[in-house]
Amino acid sequence: MSTTDNRRKAPAGERVADWADGRLGIYSLAKANMRKIFPDHWSFMLGEICLYSFVIIILTGVYLTLFFHPSMNEVVYHGSYVPMQGMHMSEAFKSTLDISFDVRGGLLIRQIHHWAALIFLAGMFVHMMRVFFTGAFRKPREINWLFGFLLFVLGMFTGFTGYSLPDDLLSGTGVRFMEGAILSFPIVGTYISMFLFGGEFPGSDFVPRFFSIHVLLLPGIMLGLLVAHLILVFYHKHTQFPGPGRTNKNVVGMPLLPVYMAKAGGFFFLVFGVIAAIAAIATINPIWAIGPYRPDQVSTGAQPDWYMGFAEGLIRVMPGWEINVAGHTFVLGVFIPMMIFPLVLAAIAVYPFIESWVTGDKREHHLLDRPRNAPTRTAFGVAWLTAYMVMMVGGGNDLWATHFHLSINAITWFVRIGFFVGPVLAFIATRRICLGLQRRDKDKVLHGRESGIIKRLPHGEFVEVHEPLSQDQLHTLTAHEQPKPLELEPEVDENGVARKVGAGQKLRVKLSKGFYGEGTHIPKATAEEYHEITSGHGHH
Amino acid sequence: MSSQDIPEETLPSKQGDAHQGVAATSGDPFADPGIPPHEPRIQDIDERAAKRSERVVAFLFMLSMLATVGFIAAYVTLPVDKSIYVFPIGHISALNFSLGLTLGVALFCIGAGAVHWARTLMSDVEHADDRHPIEAEPEVKAKVMADFKQGAEESTFGRRKLLRNTMFGALALVPLSGVVLLRDLGPLPGTKLRKTAWSEGKMLINQNTMQPLRPEDIAVGSLTFAMPEGMKEEDHDFQQEIAKAALMIVRLQPENIKDKRELDWSADGIVAFSKICTHVGCPISLYEQQTHHVLCPCHQSTFDLSDGGRVIFGPAGHALPQLRIKVNDKGYLEAMGDFAEPVGPAFWERG
Repeated sequence: MSTTDNRRKAPAGERVADWADGRLGIYSLAKANMRKIFPDHWSFMLGEICLYSFVIIILTGVYLTLFFHPSMNEVVYHGSYVPMQGMHMSEAFKSTLDISFDVRGGLLIRQIHHWAALIFLAGMFVHMMRVFFTGAFRKPREINWLFGFLLFVLGMFTGFTGYSLPDDLLSGTGVRFMEGAILSFPIVGTYISMFLFGGEFPGSDFVPRFFSIHVLLLPGIMLGLLVAHLILVFYHKHTQFPGPGRTNKNVVGMPLLPVYMAKAGGFFFLVFGVIAAIAAIATINPIWAIGPYRPDQVSTGAQPDWYMGFAEGLIRVMPGWEINVAGHTFVLGVFIPMMIFPLVLAAIAVYPFIESWVTGDKREHHLLDRPRNAPTRTAFGVAWLTAYMVMMVGGGNDLWATHFHLSINAITWFVRIGFFVGPVLAFIATRRICLGLQRRDKDKVLHGRESGIIKRLPHGEFVEVHEPLSQDQLHTLTAHEQPKPLELEPEVDENGVARKVGAGQKLRVKLSKGFYGEGTHIPKATAEEYHEITSGHGHH
Repeated sequence: MSSQDIPEETLPSKQGDAHQGVAATSGDPFADPGIPPHEPRIQDIDERAAKRSERVVAFLFMLSMLATVGFIAAYVTLPVDKSIYVFPIGHISALNFSLGLTLGVALFCIGAGAVHWARTLMSDVEHADDRHPIEAEPEVKAKVMADFKQGAEESTFGRRKLLRNTMFGALALVPLSGVVLLRDLGPLPGTKLRKTAWSEGKMLINQNTMQPLRPEDIAVGSLTFAMPEGMKEEDHDFQQEIAKAALMIVRLQPENIKDKRELDWSADGIVAFSKICTHVGCPISLYEQQTHHVLCPCHQSTFDLSDGGRVIFGPAGHALPQLRIKVNDKGYLEAMGDFAEPVGPAFWERG
């Protein structure tokens, strides 16, 4: 009897938890995770923005499917938007008009959905940059870097198939561009095009097919990747910046329950609230002003959503090379950009593996690098961003021309040259800036912080008083490693036997010298230097 | 607790002791001083400040409730087609504006309240968790390898090669059914991309008036869009056909036509070119009267209509196809056949 009494005394919440634990083992799960420690830094929120905007996209997307008709059947519009009455359009376009004008709140949900998609992609882009520039992708997180990269790429295609669904003039032009790009593929181009569109462009199949891809196939894969991404974040435990008490073997911060439950949970509402407010005041994709798609009509200033701007730039600035050989056409002017597009993206995806091969570093890294302390990596990232941004300028060359009264030909040539020269210049400049910042850190460590107080010495000299740094700051500024470049093993080993050094190894040593050799870092302050300066003759 | 009852350890004098100074210079001057001692916030010390925080958070949550009520009220009361003027945005949908802002406020205030609560009232003491290497210990690895070896042996997978190879064969073949099933996604290309709706004797129909064009309808310097007679917007294949047949017509002074074939294929200086850009298929729609250049607004390919539709700038790879036209005996413009080459973007079989 006493046991039943005890059970009755337990609060209801505990009894539910007991029930669940008996079936799901939630107590063991909670033991590991409920008070899990997360380090704090503003840049760690970027990934959260992506997660939350993804959730918002799913929620609003489900709502939109209740009203959207993914059909290209032609109808004549008789709805409430007067300027379009009597026009021929597809059912997809008509139902998008209905969502915008007849469903109360439909326009708001449509705009939240589209804005959240832009923010999702932008968030992933910036989040990736954060991970890249701080070296958070190093072992053990390379796989998670790839998961994140795939999410970004799939997000781009989900966005593209999504904004093509309303079958409006702007998105139809984008689909036409895609068809032209597919046609450029040697041998299989026309076949893929016929299979994708169910015949000739535009046909009446692509909207329902894109719909399945947009609402089921791609989001399904992305959801899986996202869950895997988060599981790995939990499993690896979050990275942290160096600082007092922060080591490679611990994680310092505040617990999930309650602090991050409240902060991260609250942040979801903040993101959602801001996106809702944006959707209230900023129109996005006003298809009623653009009109239904007709393959023989177009508007000027046609631009894809921002994440396709890079691909758009490639296709715009590429010279129109075509080679005819034995009755067949190599459409290089379109095909080459279509190949550069995945290659540029892949460059950033495989970088962690290249870096770990070059450094030969097999250790786990949980302490983040400040970008200045990894100058070669930082310079490579900035060079990549430069190429990306230059191509974005190319993608909007008509807008640059009309807004800044520039020659479109000049912009195109600027982009053609800038795509190759810009990254090189950016690489050099970034490395120099990093070294300058390293020098400043070293100065601060050895001479202290500039206090802004000017002191006049007895003999009349003016000096600025430098305040020594606290132990916390001294440690933080000197906690980073400065790896040594790999050395080529001697061609003859200790027993006098000739050793064969492969070309791969030679390249690796060369790259390693480029990464960590001379001129790639400012040797950080040593204890001896510090003692010499701080002892005896005082410092100013 | 009033502000007079400040706990001893939070007083500045005590705080100074807790901090390690730079004085500890013996040995490594850059040694890790360890996690800094917790610095209390005003809310930790002063209950009145904590109460203020509590009121702020509660206020935010209340505001959220009000905004949700406002959302429902706006949904019920505002007509869906009401337009209002909002400075500086302009005329916008009243319903969209009010629903979005109330929803935004309702959500944002929940978030702001929760974050403020966490930042001011929940403990901000930092803790350290240990990390453990992701890789397994050698003993674990040894156990797994042994288990795997035993399992593999028991399966006879390595020993009975016939089973293994036939299984790989079956697994490799079975996805082919899936690939074959995709065949009916669409027809084979055939010569579809080589033919358009144009054929000999079809009159050029003005797309604005839907009337057959006469040469005198076309003034020098104007750009006219035309389609073949017999096509109607209601046709089920209208979109496919117009995607290839769209035509643009300009009138040039015959002496300004530099290309001999272009002159031969024109009628009274009127030339007809495909409107579909040879780059990736956008409809070309910008015409420069003085230079006779046309520009595709999508990717800025520029063609010279006085020189056989030659590409003079941009990413297009070949000239615009020209349609051979004449004036028929009733005085209307008509095509003398289909385009001599495929219109639109280049493709592998184009040649």
